Amino acid sequence: MCREPRARGHELRRSEQSAAREIPHHFATPRQAYESGKLGMWIFLATEVLLFGGLFAAYAVYRGNHPEVFVYAHRFLDARLGALNTLILITSSLTMAWAVRSAQLGNRRLLTLLLALTLLGGGAFLGVKIVEYEHKWKHGLLWGEQYRPHHPETAQEHSSAPEIPRETPPGDRTNIPPAAIGPPGLASSTDEERAAHASAKEPRNVHLFFGVYFAMTGLHGLHVIAGLLVIGWVFVRARGGAYGPSNFEPVDRAGLYWHLVDLIWIFLFPLLYLIH
Amino acid sequence: MSEIRSEREHESREAESLGHIVPLRVLLAVWFALVLLSLATVGAVRVELGSLNLWIALGIAFVKATLVGLYFMHLRYDQPFHAIALVGSLLFVVLFVGLALLDTAHYQHELIPGYAPAVRP
Repeated sequence: MCREPRARGHELRRSEQSAAREIPHHFATPRQAYESGKLGMWIFLATEVLLFGGLFAAYAVYRGNHPEVFVYAHRFLDARLGALNTLILITSSLTMAWAVRSAQLGNRRLLTLLLALTLLGGGAFLGVKIVEYEHKWKHGLLWGEQYRPHHPETAQEHSSAPEIPRETPPGDRTNIPPAAIGPPGLASSTDEERAAHASAKEPRNVHLFFGVYFAMTGLHGLHVIAGLLVIGWVFVRARGGAYGPSNFEPVDRAGLYWHLVDLIWIFLFPLLYLIH
Repeated sequence: MSEIRSEREHESREAESLGHIVPLRVLLAVWFALVLLSLATVGAVRVELGSLNLWIALGIAFVKATLVGLYFMHLRYDQPFHAIALVGSLLFVVLFVGLALLDTAHYQHELIPGYAPAVRP
């Protein structure tokens, strides 16, 4: 008896398409369901911050110990492209926040348009990133042992760098370290000598910078791709009219993720491109 | 005055809808501020200030991140627990980075450039 009007109401809402969300039975009110989902998303975002925190720690330790490497190597990054990407990502964050707003207000056409613009912004970001990566790949500015620069600017300098043995020969183990400069056993470590060593053209271990650069921008790039996939899914569903004022959670959650991606880039840009 | 009235309007609409609807004016103003601050970061790097440059860049980035969090991510209008989750995770990152730096700075001056000791298995 009681079921009849309910079922009819259900059909009515289906036909309206912007169906009021049906909440799982363990929630008392739609508001509680909404808040719980949002809390879960925020806890996920906190773990994302911790994930990137590890990379920021690696950055801080390497830069603290080898400032000369960072000052030297950041010149190979194009700050104009980095700034362009910053503007692109900030603008796509705006369109995403605006998309959430239009979903809340039930403006479906504006919602799909803004989601499309957000996708466009993310795609443009990746496009610029590919141009940057390709440039580094061509010039051998890569991580670890893959670092073989043949940039016209560095080619000469690199070949003239002194060869320093990095390991003691096997069977010749001793507690007396070989000296980096000067006769064995008389390692110099005064600040002046170290500074002189560092300023001599290309500093050692430049690959550290590119290792950090590719790890940080690479993980960030993966997040951009993941964000685009999620927003693409939301976009397809939004075109079908799935979202309305009482049912916009997926738009909101995708937006939160996208803003986090923007947030991380806000820190990556000055730390990698604008080293003084 | 009009600000207060529009806030009230929003509150009444909020009761119908789930969550707070950020006014478009606020979204656009935040975007504009973010663009200005980005340009400021690029400009600030050209001024020679020694080690202060890094802190200025980080400070501007922090202000930008705060704006994104408060308005684009709704933290200003949400229940405070979401902000606690975010700020808490950031505190742990600061703790992590800070202790890593303390540790590495502590023995850095004892290292000999170009030498890694042979480790006996």
